[in-house]
Amino acid sequence: MLSIKNLHVKLEEEDKQILKGVDLEVEAGKVHAIMGPNGSGKSTLSYVLSGKGGYEVTDGSAALEGEDLLDMDPEERAAAGLFLAFQYPVEIPGVGNMTFLRTAVNAQRKARGEDEMSAADFLKIVRAKAKDLKIDADMLKRPVNMGFSGGEKKRNEILQMAMLEPKMCILDETDSGLDVDAMKLVAEGVNALRSDGRGFLVITHYQRLLDHIKPDVVHIMAEGRIVKTGGPELALEVENNGYADILAEVV
Amino acid sequence: MAQTAEKQSPTEAMIAGLSLPDTGWSKVPRADALQRLRQMGLPRRGDEYWKFTRPDTLVQPTPVPAAVLDTEETPLFSDMDRLKIVFVDGVFDADASDDLSLEGVQIERLQDANSDLHWARDLYGVLETKGQNPVFRPLAALNTAFAKDGVLIHVTGAASKPINLIYQHKSDSSDAILHHCIKMDAGTEVTLLENGPAAARFNKVVEVDVADGAKFHHVRAQGRDHERRAATHIFARLGTESLFKSFTLTVNGVLTRNDCVIELTGDDASAHVAGACVGDGDFHHDDTVFVTHDAVNCESRQVFKKVLRNGATGVFQGKILVKKDAQKTDGYQISQSLLLDGDSQFLAKPELEIYADDVACSHGSTSGAIDEDALFYLRARGISHAEATDLLTLAFLAEAVEEIEQETLRDELIGRLSSWLQRRSV
Repeated sequence: MLSIKNLHVKLEEEDKQILKGVDLEVEAGKVHAIMGPNGSGKSTLSYVLSGKGGYEVTDGSAALEGEDLLDMDPEERAAAGLFLAFQYPVEIPGVGNMTFLRTAVNAQRKARGEDEMSAADFLKIVRAKAKDLKIDADMLKRPVNMGFSGGEKKRNEILQMAMLEPKMCILDETDSGLDVDAMKLVAEGVNALRSDGRGFLVITHYQRLLDHIKPDVVHIMAEGRIVKTGGPELALEVENNGYADILAEVV
Repeated sequence: MAQTAEKQSPTEAMIAGLSLPDTGWSKVPRADALQRLRQMGLPRRGDEYWKFTRPDTLVQPTPVPAAVLDTEETPLFSDMDRLKIVFVDGVFDADASDDLSLEGVQIERLQDANSDLHWARDLYGVLETKGQNPVFRPLAALNTAFAKDGVLIHVTGAASKPINLIYQHKSDSSDAILHHCIKMDAGTEVTLLENGPAAARFNKVVEVDVADGAKFHHVRAQGRDHERRAATHIFARLGTESLFKSFTLTVNGVLTRNDCVIELTGDDASAHVAGACVGDGDFHHDDTVFVTHDAVNCESRQVFKKVLRNGATGVFQGKILVKKDAQKTDGYQISQSLLLDGDSQFLAKPELEIYADDVACSHGSTSGAIDEDALFYLRARGISHAEATDLLTLAFLAEAVEEIEQETLRDELIGRLSSWLQRRSV
């Protein structure tokens, strides 16, 4: 599904290398988790994959189902099936959440050569999916993420994911700023989307999210590289001993 | 009001090219206006209120020709039930207009109102004269003296439908001078709509007297004729518990200067003046607003948003003057521009002058580019760069557009703004 090979990335504005050779394969139907200390390059990886500006790929490749992602505009990556749930969802005054969702759904359908979804169909689907995530009608009417609590913003990300039905979902610290109940709700939303045809890459600092979204593979990232890969037990090891032991072992 | 020597000859040259209509009661206010004009002289570059906008083409004896707009677009407000009053190159067109009869309103053409006892004697040029202090508005005095046409609207009840002044531009060298007066009796209500390209050069004055408890709604659209030059003035007086709401959409235009001069003279009155403009290239748009609070517990709002692209220029000169006894005034002023590229510029001069001590006045002026984080967020959801930019641009304009109360009107204007954005050029 997602294939990253020897990815090297630096900041565009300064000579600072952030990713120093990331190798990662996420298969369809699998959930991979990336854990790692602050500054290890986890968020940068998610931004580079989704096409945010300000980064320069100096070496390596990233492909989604064999298609080169790095050559595409952000909207082309989205249409190809990539989705990033933002760590910090952006507030957009003046743009209604519903307008935003519908524009996004139809833009992707159009890019894929499909018919636009009718207003009635859209409304029916969005209401049902919003209900599952306990997103009320008022949140759908408000401008995008405006006045949303931290938990509401993250649920809104999952709603977008559910509406857009991407092939490859990247969740960037979706658990940050969430209390236990909110985290469970978000995790349920994610779990409902797990399917044989869909891959997940869950970026997190803490093991606790992985109690709710059970990963198949866990990677530890440090200093711009994946330094260790294992099963779910690796996350527990981090939880119990911190990163220091693992890092000492691999360096 | 001593006129500087430099102004005398251009002013006289302009006057020489115009003829003073010799009709009934308006002879006196016209002669007075001519005298005011001579004392002030026409504006020159460098005058305090003409620092950001060159008046040259507005004050030269003959207008710069402007191509007639060729478009298949259906005129605004076409689907509305309204009373149409049509002016072609600044001349009333009876055939194209509806019958000037409407429940709750009396409407007459300016030159047909010849009675020496006409109500318009107490309004024509009166608010304009008041509005000359403390800032000269010579183009308005020129208009009062030489107005070639216009309508006199006396609102005596709740108007049964909106009055739509429709302008049509058919000659590429037309020079239109229109003067409209609207007198609203106490407790009455009317909606005035204006749209359409008016002329190669357009000088327009609207004087509105909003009596106690009356409600005046105004929605106007200027454009899409890019080569036109226009100087418009609105002078309004508000009585006790009255409401004045004016919104202007401007699309394109190498020179548009919109002056709005409002005086709140009765307690508990409310005045909202708003504008959204979008322009490209040699687009130049100037909003000059002066709101005077001279009564207790009044509210005023100025909301102006400009979208500037490919080197376009936007100007805002807005003032709130709160007189000594205008306690409990609530004044708000915001002017913002969205610069879609590095070449465009926004020049703003917000002013507050407050003599009362129990007042809440806020103002803000900003100028900025599209928010890159918001743009990326939208694109990451599959929305194209162009469509995302349009969404964010419309969102930027929303605060001004929301000043329009009627939803159907609002949606129609938003539709025009979207089309402009999608054309991506003049």
